Amino acid sequence: MIALEGISARSGVFELNNISLRIPDAIYAVLMGPTGCGKTTLLEIVCGLRKPATGKVLINQRDVTREAPGNRGIGYVPQDGALFPTMTIRRHLAFAPQIHHWPRTKVTDRVTELADHLGIAHLLDRLPAGLSGGERQRVALGRALAVRPAALLLDEPLSALDPDLRSDLSNLLQRVQREEGISVLHVTHDRNEATRLGEMHLVLSSGGVMSAVGQT
Amino acid sequence: MNPPIGYRPQNVSHRAPPSWPFWAIISSVTVIYLLLLVAMIAAASHYSAPSDLWRALQSREIRHAIVLSLITCTISAQLSLLVAVPVGYLLARGKFPGKNLLDTLLDVPIVLPPMVIGICLLILFQTPPMRALERHIPFTYTVFGVVLAQFVVAAAFAVRQMRTTFVHLDPRPEEVALTLGCSRGQAMRWVTLPAARRGMFSAVSVAWARSLGEFGPILVFAGATRMKTEVVPTTVWLELSVGNLEAAIAVSLLMIAMSIIVLLGMRAMGDHP
Repeated sequence: MIALEGISARSGVFELNNISLRIPDAIYAVLMGPTGCGKTTLLEIVCGLRKPATGKVLINQRDVTREAPGNRGIGYVPQDGALFPTMTIRRHLAFAPQIHHWPRTKVTDRVTELADHLGIAHLLDRLPAGLSGGERQRVALGRALAVRPAALLLDEPLSALDPDLRSDLSNLLQRVQREEGISVLHVTHDRNEATRLGEMHLVLSSGGVMSAVGQT
Repeated sequence: MNPPIGYRPQNVSHRAPPSWPFWAIISSVTVIYLLLLVAMIAAASHYSAPSDLWRALQSREIRHAIVLSLITCTISAQLSLLVAVPVGYLLARGKFPGKNLLDTLLDVPIVLPPMVIGICLLILFQTPPMRALERHIPFTYTVFGVVLAQFVVAAAFAVRQMRTTFVHLDPRPEEVALTLGCSRGQAMRWVTLPAARRGMFSAVSVAWARSLGEFGPILVFAGATRMKTEVVPTTVWLELSVGNLEAAIAVSLLMIAMSIIVLLGMRAMGDHP
């Protein structure tokens, strides 16, 4: 479960105003809003890369507002994937488990499982340079899911892809979310994408106010 | 009938001028500058016979100066990198009051006349805390002084280089590493520094080259004692001052060769992990 209670923040031109929301367990929520309304900032607040001026962030009923990003149990996939330029894809997938001191065999098993799951097994020994947009997003997704986070934050994961790849990857996102059984907060400005993936729809207006639309 | 709104007649008579004059101009500037450099080195090599080089290399004092230069430059370049990585990172990523002032202060060694740096160091080491330090490690007129004088200037150049490197690195991967459970230090160690590798080699190269050419502060702060604090630029100056132009040129050529070899090697290491 991801919950925000009265989150406010101001950054340059835009501000977020007293935002509260609750995404139940294993629900795929889509957040829409015009460019520059603070969607990315909101994601950064949820994953701890930015401090809100007021309000609380709760993950699985636990108040994590003052926790470091790594202690929140969140997987974050930023807009362009933000892969590690010097690491092979294998090391990307193994990165979080190794930081969390998983035993070696468990790390290897998880890497194999993720690579098969995401269809990137053939890329394991490559570096990020030269990967296609879709491949980069799959790697970024695998890296974020590796230690089985409670929630997954996706910042416009499909925006840079061709229409064909878009539908492939959105199927994959849906499947992964069901299989891992996690709450997803997916930011987009594409209405079709939102309709297709979202079980819950949120809209952030340019005044920084949140509203829920047609919640199912 | 009026043309539709948004219609713009195509001016087919206009053709973009060819691009060769542009390339011709910038290539000429490059060639002229390069010619100046090559001509300087060529004139120096022409002036000095191989026997002069050989004689210079046979001198114990000059061999000592070359070895001392190589060792001190390497140490001061590494110390510079050690300082430049954290300072450059702070300048690139930190947000704090007085950042512009700090940025300007860090450039002081670059803009100060070299002699002034030497004098400042000499006076600094007359203060009580530094005198106390000198009872354990003597700096004034010693090899440690040579390294310190080189470091003060070289580090400023290395800091600039690292700052630029970190400014151009995307901070996102590092932030993702934080969400994956890394501490700030781990994110730096595993994500940022490997990506900054090329910049770090550049910083070491620039610091090494600055250290090799350093003369003023060393002369003032560490002296020009043969077989003790004499580095290669000191040799050139000492030989010139006794009118031994051949030896001065021979040593200068050796210095050019040393720097080209080291810089090419460093660049090759930076490019191929």
